[in-house]
Amino acid sequence: MGKNLVVIGNGMVGHRFLERMIESNDGASANWNLITFCEEPRVAYDRVNLSSFFSGKSAADLTLVEPGFYQDNNVKIYIGDKVVSIDRANKQVVSQNGVSLTYDKLVIATGSYPFVPPIKGQNTEGTFVYRTIEDLEAIANYGKNCKVGVVVGGGLLGLECANALKNLGVQTHVVEFMPRLMPVQVDDGGGSVLRKRIEDLGVSIHTSKSTTEIVSEQGKVHKMLFADGSELQTDMIVFSAGIRPRDELAKSCELQLGERGGIVINDFCQTSDNDIYAIGECALHQNRIYGLVAPGYKMAEVAADHLRDFHFSENFFTGADMSTKLKLLGVDVASFGDAFAKTPGSKEIVIQNAVEGTYKKLVINSESTYLLGGILVGDGSAYGMLHQMVQNQIPLPQHPEDLILPQRTASKASFGVESLPDTAQICSCNNVSKGAICSAIRDQKLMDIGAVKQCTQAGTGCGGCVPLVTDLLKDELKKAGVEVKNHLCEHFAYSRQELYHLVRSQKIITFDELLHNHGKGKGCEICKPAVASILASAWNDYILNPPHTGLQDTNDAFLANIQKDGSYSVIPRIPGGEITPDGLITIGQIAKDFGLYTKITGAQRIDMFGARVDQLPHIWKRLVDAGFESGHAYGKALRTVKSCVGSTWCRFGVQDSVGMSIKLELRYRGLRAPHKLKSAVSGCTRECAEAQSKDFGVIATENGWNLYVCGNGGMKPQHAQLLAADLDDETLIKYIDRFLMFYIRTANRLERTATWFNKLEGGIEYLKEVVIEDSLGICAELEAEMAHHVETYACEWKATIEDPAKIARFRHFINTDDTDPNLVYVEEREQRRPASQEERTVLI
Amino acid sequence: MLQTASNQQTTQWITVCSLEQIIPNTGVCALLKGKQIAIFRIGNTEEIYAICNYDPFSKAYVLSRGIIGDRNGVPKVASPIYKQNFNLITGQCLDNEAISVRAFPTKVVDGQVMVNVA
Ligand code: SRM
Ligand SMILES: Cc1cc2nc3c(=O)[nH]c(=O)nc-3n(C[C@H](O)[C@H](O)[C@H](O)COP(=O)(O)OP(=O)(O)OC[C@H]3O[C@@H](n4cnc5c(N)ncnc54)[C@H](O)[C@@H]3O)c2cc1C
Ligand code: SF4
Ligand code: FES
Repeated sequence: MGKNLVVIGNGMVGHRFLERMIESNDGASANWNLITFCEEPRVAYDRVNLSSFFSGKSAADLTLVEPGFYQDNNVKIYIGDKVVSIDRANKQVVSQNGVSLTYDKLVIATGSYPFVPPIKGQNTEGTFVYRTIEDLEAIANYGKNCKVGVVVGGGLLGLECANALKNLGVQTHVVEFMPRLMPVQVDDGGGSVLRKRIEDLGVSIHTSKSTTEIVSEQGKVHKMLFADGSELQTDMIVFSAGIRPRDELAKSCELQLGERGGIVINDFCQTSDNDIYAIGECALHQNRIYGLVAPGYKMAEVAADHLRDFHFSENFFTGADMSTKLKLLGVDVASFGDAFAKTPGSKEIVIQNAVEGTYKKLVINSESTYLLGGILVGDGSAYGMLHQMVQNQIPLPQHPEDLILPQRTASKASFGVESLPDTAQICSCNNVSKGAICSAIRDQKLMDIGAVKQCTQAGTGCGGCVPLVTDLLKDELKKAGVEVKNHLCEHFAYSRQELYHLVRSQKIITFDELLHNHGKGKGCEICKPAVASILASAWNDYILNPPHTGLQDTNDAFLANIQKDGSYSVIPRIPGGEITPDGLITIGQIAKDFGLYTKITGAQRIDMFGARVDQLPHIWKRLVDAGFESGHAYGKALRTVKSCVGSTWCRFGVQDSVGMSIKLELRYRGLRAPHKLKSAVSGCTRECAEAQSKDFGVIATENGWNLYVCGNGGMKPQHAQLLAADLDDETLIKYIDRFLMFYIRTANRLERTATWFNKLEGGIEYLKEVVIEDSLGICAELEAEMAHHVETYACEWKATIEDPAKIARFRHFINTDDTDPNLVYVEEREQRRPASQEERTVLI
Repeated sequence: MLQTASNQQTTQWITVCSLEQIIPNTGVCALLKGKQIAIFRIGNTEEIYAICNYDPFSKAYVLSRGIIGDRNGVPKVASPIYKQNFNLITGQCLDNEAISVRAFPTKVVDGQVMVNVA
């Protein structure tokens, strides 16, 4: 029989402690019976990412404990039971459910509780805290019926909570006692920039407000009264006004506590009783409580090591670096080192850009030789490097301000519209130059894309240049100091990225629901297809189901590409460009029978033109019967994965590029995205498939595959960038899954990967961090989203021809079977083509 | 006389199809007295509009296949070819003052969509 080691609290730190004990299961720790009490109804979960619960993560997704892990390692866990007393004299603990145990060593890892200021009415129905999954469930439930919500506390957690409320569709206010937001991490300058950025998102901020009373109406929260006499009406209140250590057990068994609470520990994490350790947020080390998980983990390791090698452990807890970088409501906030310039003689360099909403401060020593700390708001991209400089005492460059000035070097992959010369032709349909567009915007004070189109004609032809024109407009407005909103259109005051997030986090499945909850009016040709695409990316529902039918762009609405005369073209999928002779004959026969013009497209497949709308289902019936499926040539979706012939035939090929391209095309077929997606796989470095001009391209190497991303042919060709080299099949697919889903999440409407990439701060290095290193911790989610897509894929054309109600839409007239008399054709080079206007006058 | 006049008017109302045949928020095209007419249904309602199916910009008969919606509350359709918008009540092009198409009165009687093509 070993000795009993009892851990009170199965939170993040308690769990880490048990892991450490188990993973070092050498002779010493095998002597322990590990027992833990877990007050919450579930084992340890990732509290740091608690908010992702609102973006669709389940309790199971957040768990930190592999199924079976405790059983397999003989850890006895009491779930949903809490320790209510510690008897130090008899070395005994007693739980609420009556379990009584003796311990040889005891570890207290009880964490902390949210502090609720003693305000009259603080217990009224409609008040919440933000700490556990149950808290979030309660907030989500209650929030459904609320219009307005207030978060009390403008610190890190408060702002996270505000984001959650906002995403619930509640009009959100933050009330902060101090004169600025995040008083612990940022100074006044940073606080005011942060405030502005957050207010721009529609969250109201009230600083220097002390709440005196919560007034209820019919037993529910109704309004808040403040010390300055003002008041605020609200339906719900979430307190996030700081944390307090859960030291009540320690207190009742008379362990030494700090003046303002917290269980006092030494460098081995022992309390005033040598047999009792305290770790995590309940512990007080050198008069400090650490409200972050990393120091807690360090304590867990120190305590475990000390228990195992009692006298020999050289693992001490000597305090922790509190530097943090966070993204709160989409705004970067970083604070590191001596952020408040408390070091005697230290100096500050501050760069504040009101237009961009960024604030950057460096604190340097009196000799200007070293960086001591700093604050970044709005753009945290320099954090990694600056933090390193502080940690490692790297000497400062001659002009320290260069560290926080926007980079002007080309290395940063910045290739926005501003870098184009005035003579650049933006709209080739109407031959309009950048200079002409920009001067029209300036001189005529144009404010929206409609006006630019009308004045300059740019974008009124094929529409292909509209994204570029939009960028020019934004750029000009920015230069003129006009605040640029990234709103989708007059119906939604949100960007595409925000709408995507709303759809996913609130599980919205129809346009009407989104419009009703977050928009106004009836929608238009901008927001409807954009939302249709978001819904399809998120849920992969059949796009012609009635609530979605009217949202689709013309091409999607009839699952074919409309042509200049109103007829359609048909492109079946030919994965990798590989097609059997029988396949060719089928297509040829169908084209012949329906009198269609045929052409090999620029993307290794075959297009049949001149189909009337009523012919489409008949043509597709034949194609589907022959084993073809939709090529999605009409959708903002995966188009083709081109291939070269590869190692199967080519004397230089080092991998089976055709096989891989087919695999990729079948995996991502039907995937809807902010814009179309193209890919290619080349069998060797000669690159015959032109993979480096694709949204994602793959080139075979001796050792596997190189993955390139964000290339573009088309209007503004751009070479793709190398994301990762020498990948095996599985990793290649994993990275592509992540990359595509990250793009789908964050791009603007009608933004190809190349354009998206050019605006991505941090460029390819950042993309590598996200996709390969999982720096945002979202890769599991992204992979799951892609897995859902792959599982739910179904050919839209097959679904359509099998449903008479869907086929009924494919006719030119609702009241007769006649066809459009205006489709007239003439013969040229032995095929049909639409008659020109002159020819028509003769023919009709 | 009065009687005849109103008779004449009623004869110009043509029943096109049942309301159910038009999926909410989409359009259909009808051939009425030799004219191609685009008919739109707003939401899951009896709010129906009719304008010419002819798109003066592309010169194709396609307006019924455009996306409908509103601009500042005015119901409109965007041409599926080059995306110019037309006011559904008046037929006026919202992106070019000089261009408009004809609009026709509509009504729904006993679940049947009727258009007046005088
Ligand atoms: C049919 C095809 C031309 C051909 O006869 O070869 C074609 C036809 C059209 N292209 Fe393309 N593109 C075709 C290959 C390409 C390629 C080559 C390729 O895919 O390898 C490119 C350059 C590669 C790229 O996209 O990076 C290409 C770049 C474009 C662009 C510019 C995109 C850009 O990012 O700059 C547009 C405009 C747009 O999408 O906004 C465009 C738009 C169009 C549209 C959809 C224009 C329109 O709205 O009508 C044309 C539809 C014709 C139709 O009804 O089918 N097409 N287009 C090719 C169909 C390929 C297929 O099998 O799916
Ligand atoms: C919304 C949110 C966001 C956060 N974001 C970050 C972040 O971005 N970065 C960061 O570093 N930190 C963050 N934190 C803080 C981080 O979660 C904590 O530092 C960490 O969870 C502390 O771990 P712990 O084990 O000490 O406490 P906890 O994780 O709270 O675990 C303590 C557990 O002990 C249980 N318990 C208490 N008393 C008893 C008893 N008597 N018997 C049995 N069980 C008991 C409690 O129910 C609880 O489950 C965040 C916290 C929240 C709430
Ligand atoms: S097929 Fe492509 S390049 Fe050719 S005219 Fe159409 S859009 Fe332009
Ligand atoms: S390039 Fe501008 S509208 Fe076609």
